Amino acid sequence: MRDSGINVLFLGKNFLRLLEGLGVTLRISLIAVLLSLPLGILLGMFMTLKNPVSKAISRIYLEFIRIMPQLVLLFIAYFGVTRMFGWNLSADVSAVIVFTLWGTAEMGDLVRGALISIPRHQYDSAAALGMTKVQTFIHVVVPQTMRRLIPLTINLTTRMIKTTSLVVLIGMTEVLKVGKQIIDANRFEYPTAALWIYGVIFLLYFLACWPISMLAKKLEKRWR
Amino acid sequence: MKRKNLFVKLITWSIAALLLAGSLAGCGGNDGSAATFRTLDEIKESGKVVIGVFSDKAPFGYVDENGDYQGYDVYFAERIAKDLGVEVEYVSTAPASRVEYVATGKVDIILANFTVTEERAQQVDFALPYMKVKLGVVSPDNALITDAEQLNGKTLIVVKGTTAETYFEKNYPNVNLQKYDEYADAYNALLDGRGDAFSTDNTEVLAWAIQNPGFTVGIDALGNADTIAPAVQKGNTTLLDWLNDEIAALGEENFFHADYAATLASVYGDAANPDNLVVEGGKVE
Repeated sequence: MRDSGINVLFLGKNFLRLLEGLGVTLRISLIAVLLSLPLGILLGMFMTLKNPVSKAISRIYLEFIRIMPQLVLLFIAYFGVTRMFGWNLSADVSAVIVFTLWGTAEMGDLVRGALISIPRHQYDSAAALGMTKVQTFIHVVVPQTMRRLIPLTINLTTRMIKTTSLVVLIGMTEVLKVGKQIIDANRFEYPTAALWIYGVIFLLYFLACWPISMLAKKLEKRWR
Repeated sequence: MKRKNLFVKLITWSIAALLLAGSLAGCGGNDGSAATFRTLDEIKESGKVVIGVFSDKAPFGYVDENGDYQGYDVYFAERIAKDLGVEVEYVSTAPASRVEYVATGKVDIILANFTVTEERAQQVDFALPYMKVKLGVVSPDNALITDAEQLNGKTLIVVKGTTAETYFEKNYPNVNLQKYDEYADAYNALLDGRGDAFSTDNTEVLAWAIQNPGFTVGIDALGNADTIAPAVQKGNTTLLDWLNDEIAALGEENFFHADYAATLASVYGDAANPDNLVVEGGKVE
């Protein structure tokens, strides 16, 4: 047994590299989240329209994104688009597009679910009070929908942060890949490094997702 | 009436979203013709060659603690860039996406421990080889196997789907094969003494034997050599020809032995003979 694997963390710029990797993870996922939340809300409203054409379109979109593994979507956006159309998207842009498409689909369905869960009598009561449809939507439906959406949205956001680890396959070095690189580069001198590195990565993911959880808790309290 | 307004708004928003996505895509696109390769002159003009390497396959391609790429493949890549007179940009590739990277022109050269196979040769153009892999057989020191004939009637551990499995089935039918799905299981079987020896790629067993005292690679080069070569996009003849000339010229100065000494020797130590791994001037005997 040679030196403990924890030393690997403090070799050279290893710890800084892990943080940079976390930066890549957060950059991709947060941009995608910020784009998918508004787009998803619009999609969710679009999905509740009682129009056969809009229903078919949103259904096809949702099912396509849901059935395709994100990995396949990433390969299509990064390699497939270049092969088919000759557009050379950078790995960053491909990742943001794919995760936004995915996040929008998921968010859209969450919003749809939350919207149709508002019971019929809420609409009837609002109408009885003389509210117009728009007033009902803004003052009755939206507040209740928002509260229902918070936990679901937080789940989706943290899931998106974690799923971005797939971007290694299109050449981006995010936090998990940096960890693997460090473990591999030291596998002859520090065979036990893996446990420590993965432990630190666990902690980094936790530190990234925890504030989001806390924010959700606060919002839920305020909107009660 | 109200609903109609909402609908129109939604459509407008959707179109806006599409336009946004489109403009994002536009930012990423460089020149629209990137699906095709860059010729030798274009690379020289741009002042940068893009090379796909592994970033987690020590000692062939890995990243050191300062964030710099290192390894046998990288040592060669640095030399390529120097002789082209350009900077090098590394792209970290995964085994499964190597072909795609070259085929879409996202990298100019793949230099990621890329074994030459017929299937891959239909999709990319391989240059001359710079390394070769044969089979190795590792066994305990107290019953060391130094010749494949010694294995007749004994139990040999192999991993399913490897070249070792097919080689021994074909050439040594009297060897009892004990097959495992995973490398880790096979190594554990050897440690437990469930078989007399274990065979797979020599690079793999050599590195393992160094970490496991009591075991030695008695046979370090068996069977036909699989070669490892740089690859470029199909039809990129200017770059391919340049690479072939480069590899031939480097053979004159025994460049790959120097590469071995700098990157692999510390890992394999005295256990391996560099002549069994290194290919000079693209000539495999």
